[in-house]
Amino acid sequence: MGFTVDVRHLRFRYGGGPWVLDIPELTLERGTRAFLFGPSGSGKTTLLGVLTGVLKANAGEVRVLGEDLASRSGAQRDAFRAEHIGYVFQMFNLIPYLSVLDNITLPVRMHAGRRARLDGKGVKETAAQLADHLQIGDLLKKQVTELSVGQQQRVAACRALIGAPELIVADEPTSSLDFDRREAFLELLFQECERAGATLVFVSHDRTLEGLFSRTISLPDINKALH
Amino acid sequence: MLVLDLALKSLRNRAFSTSLTIGSIALSVALLVGVENVRTGMRESFSNTISQTDLIVGTKGGTIQLLLYSVFGMGASTENVSWEAYRQWAEHPAVAWTIPYSLGDSHRGFRVIGTNEDFLRHYRYRGGQEIALAEGRANAALFDVTLGADVAAELNYALGDEIAVTHGLGEVGFLHHDHMPFTVVGVLARTFTPVDRAIYVTLEGMEAIHWEGGAPPASDDGHAHDDAEAAPADDGHTHNQEMEAAPAGDGLDEADAAPADDGHAQEEAVEVSIDDVEVTQVTSFFVGMTSRRDVLQLQRQINDFEDEPMMAVIPGVALNEMWQGLGYAETGLRLVTVFVVLVGLLGMLVSLYTSLDERRREMAILRAVGAGPSRIVSLLVLESVCLATAGSIGGLALVYVLLSAGQSLVEAQVGLFIPIRPPGTIELLFLGAVVSAGFLMGFVPALKAYRTALHDGLAVRV
Repeated sequence: MGFTVDVRHLRFRYGGGPWVLDIPELTLERGTRAFLFGPSGSGKTTLLGVLTGVLKANAGEVRVLGEDLASRSGAQRDAFRAEHIGYVFQMFNLIPYLSVLDNITLPVRMHAGRRARLDGKGVKETAAQLADHLQIGDLLKKQVTELSVGQQQRVAACRALIGAPELIVADEPTSSLDFDRREAFLELLFQECERAGATLVFVSHDRTLEGLFSRTISLPDINKALH
Repeated sequence: MLVLDLALKSLRNRAFSTSLTIGSIALSVALLVGVENVRTGMRESFSNTISQTDLIVGTKGGTIQLLLYSVFGMGASTENVSWEAYRQWAEHPAVAWTIPYSLGDSHRGFRVIGTNEDFLRHYRYRGGQEIALAEGRANAALFDVTLGADVAAELNYALGDEIAVTHGLGEVGFLHHDHMPFTVVGVLARTFTPVDRAIYVTLEGMEAIHWEGGAPPASDDGHAHDDAEAAPADDGHTHNQEMEAAPAGDGLDEADAAPADDGHAQEEAVEVSIDDVEVTQVTSFFVGMTSRRDVLQLQRQINDFEDEPMMAVIPGVALNEMWQGLGYAETGLRLVTVFVVLVGLLGMLVSLYTSLDERRREMAILRAVGAGPSRIVSLLVLESVCLATAGSIGGLALVYVLLSAGQSLVEAQVGLFIPIRPPGTIELLFLGAVVSAGFLMGFVPALKAYRTALHDGLAVRV
């Protein structure tokens, strides 16, 4: 075990198209803060899709927390993602017709297994605590349309973190923020990942952030499909 | 629960398109249920055109024909029933009452019916309502006439007006009988049945109309018929109106159409009293039984009557038979409303389908937090079901609102009484069908969303 992510000989393509991913090996130890970078079109988002089980590998092993997602059914992968993975998009992270609180609590309402991870605390209580940590405690009752972009990303982080999933995946979550807010956001994210003992996979094409992470992975280097 | 919560909140978020969709479904459902209500109302008012009459008896012929000329004032009988035969059945021990009907004449397009006091006493319609006089009195004298409500209103007649009644049915009447001026003595209250569109005279008065030359005894009735039917091109229309429309100038026409001794006969005729006239025949008669159990037996006896070819029909049965004949119109109407509902649901489908593009992001978020494609499908199907359900309930409510607001108006204007009842099996069936259709249609956008969600994964280009 030890590895949160353990990918071997992964190959993936959309339909009958060209190979998008061909990764002989990629491992992340538990608690790693990984910085995954690569230019547009290098397969970053696709890799995240495979790691979270939204997409299914055509070949190879994709072990996440010891579970080989490449050999699981769609429903099993969905359930696994709901329980063990938090995801933050680049932007437009929130469902517009739900309140801030409802957006944060979406994963625990989606899956009983995720809910069971709340340590016996109430859903609202947990959400409020997380929101406090991310300094948006006063926004819970608001509609998401009233929030600034920075606030929206923090709500998204809360949603990813609720129920303390083992793996947090963030797809350029800071690209829509200005520099100062980027660092502040990352600091809060790191803090919470550490508190939960979660592994973080952070994707960006902005290498100025690289120094904040414990490990850097260059996707063009490990993805042979690009050569 | 989560999916239902999401569906409702998502619909509320798109309040404008949601309410438009619900509104259009509600309108179409209201049309469907409304038409069904009107249909039921029509059917009931149709089969209630006459009530409490156990048998209608006339000369042998078609059942529907007998019903048409006796109850609906349409068409005519070729033969009559003799007075003796009528009395014989009227005095049958199983018979409680009868109403004799003598048909065949018209006044400005309205049917003239000869009957007697039994008409006011026994005729019932719509669940036992009686015929009432709105003004005036019942016919008593030979040339008394009572008007149906429509006749009085459309021809603008009042009590005391003198009118000429002609022989044969047609828009254009003839002034053969201008020596027999009938006087309006009564107007019937409105019934919204064919009763409103008839003119009532006494049986004796009807006999008198048939007199050739105005003097009793009436000569060959058949001849009078020929006379009337053979001369439609006659100038008669100039004086087929009221009596007062016949001044001296018309003398020439009169000479053409009627014997010259008309004037002479008139003097005689007005002196004839009702007691001097012998009724020789009726066209048909209505029968009320002392006991309903005897209806079939009496019907058989009348049908087997050897002295004259006669036929008895049970009005309810005959009316049903007639309504069945109109069934294709009903089916057509229903088909149209079903299509209207389908159009309403298609509007919903279009609205949901076109919203999917802007909801790709939402679907990706749901996928990211662990919603499987089946959750996505059920979300959209549920939205569709919610819309269809809300539309159905709204439509039903709309029908009740319209019914309670317009019931009396419709009854007053067209005489159609549409009963207000709690939703019955048929309404629930409709609602079930609409919601099921909404459920099925929901799969169209849902499956598109499913495919999109699988294809997009987490990469959504907005």
